[in-house]
Amino acid sequence: MSAATPVTTANFEEVVLKSSTPVLVDFWAEWCGPCRAVGPILDQIADEHGDKIKIVKLNTDEESAIAIKYGITSIPTLNVFVNGEVVKTIIGAKPKPALLKELEGFI
Amino acid sequence: MSEVENLVIVGSGPSGYTAAIYAARAQLNPIIYEGSVTAGGALMNTTEVENFPGFIDGIMGPDLMDAMRKQAKRFGANLVTDDIVEMDLSGPIKVLKDGSGNTIKAKSVILAMGSAYREIGLENEKRLSGRGVSWCATCDGFFFRDQTIAVVGGGDSAVEEATFLTKFASKVVLIHRRDSLRASKIMAERAFANPKIEMLWNTEVIDVLGAEKVEALSLKNTVTGEVSKRDFTGLFVAIGHDPRNELVKGQVTLDAEGYVVVENGSTRTNLTGVFACGDLVDHTYRQAITAAGTGCQSALDAEKFLSHH
Repeated sequence: MSAATPVTTANFEEVVLKSSTPVLVDFWAEWCGPCRAVGPILDQIADEHGDKIKIVKLNTDEESAIAIKYGITSIPTLNVFVNGEVVKTIIGAKPKPALLKELEGFI
Repeated sequence: MSEVENLVIVGSGPSGYTAAIYAARAQLNPIIYEGSVTAGGALMNTTEVENFPGFIDGIMGPDLMDAMRKQAKRFGANLVTDDIVEMDLSGPIKVLKDGSGNTIKAKSVILAMGSAYREIGLENEKRLSGRGVSWCATCDGFFFRDQTIAVVGGGDSAVEEATFLTKFASKVVLIHRRDSLRASKIMAERAFANPKIEMLWNTEVIDVLGAEKVEALSLKNTVTGEVSKRDFTGLFVAIGHDPRNELVKGQVTLDAEGYVVVENGSTRTNLTGVFACGDLVDHTYRQAITAAGTGCQSALDAEKFLSHH
């Protein structure tokens, strides 16, 4: 079973910006309740749709420079990157069916 | 699933988990739908809970909920991390549907859906939500380091958020439409003593300004009617909660403000076998301990009901 994998400043360009498939980046932190709720849902989506969309998570405490660069002011924020550009932003924890609906164009 | 369950509890938080603990200990084999992203309820977005009896040094809201959850599990409650999306509570057998498409039948239901953050109701508040407008200081405060931000509201949660946000922000302006706080004295005094907090009395937020993110607020003085503009990069809304009654509206009796009405001194709703507890029924107290209290009552009421049916 695959789960959302962590990304860092060091590999963000390689894993996210240069990816040939769409990448969903989950901006999260340990102390954020709604982030903890949405985490397992994203793991499931990674498991079920990992062939079409790469799902990674970025810890905003440890990698705050990237969070600031992308103007994150609320977590969880889920940004979908295609060819290095943010093409979709989902803000806040949502139930799985709602997330799948938001991601319809990518999976 | 064709078998009929004894009891389904909808919603977690202190009321739902306490109901689950009592019902599981009473061998009712309850199923509790915790909510896929709302599990643990409102306390998941708080920090330190200082007034829950038994915790001398306080406890973190999420830790308290985690402990209640584990306690319910220990006695055999069936915890389901999914949402109930539909309920038919009218007949003797209640029919519920969950977010994964399962149908659950039950002899009794405890409603513990709690409440949701109230919005100011401005179009731009919605548009800039997550772009500077927030309902969760503990989630988002971090991103406002060294900035000037506003908190709107005058109750305990507003004051708690304002105080918490001073950890990050250079200045927090607490905007309240009256000239005194509803918050408890200890919380208010803490805020007044905090040099980073400025009080803006008799003031209403009438618009949120900014193209891509919050840049300023349009404010109106509730006494003089004077309108002004002031720069802020963040707006935290803490003006109260509304009961989450969407799933039961039109089925159980609600009061004028949308709270589920229960028979005096009990948790019984107008429908046989349907009980309600926690913030969903409580205008007045809205504490973790009172929610736990009515959660306990609802399980005992359900147990009594099931012994006759």
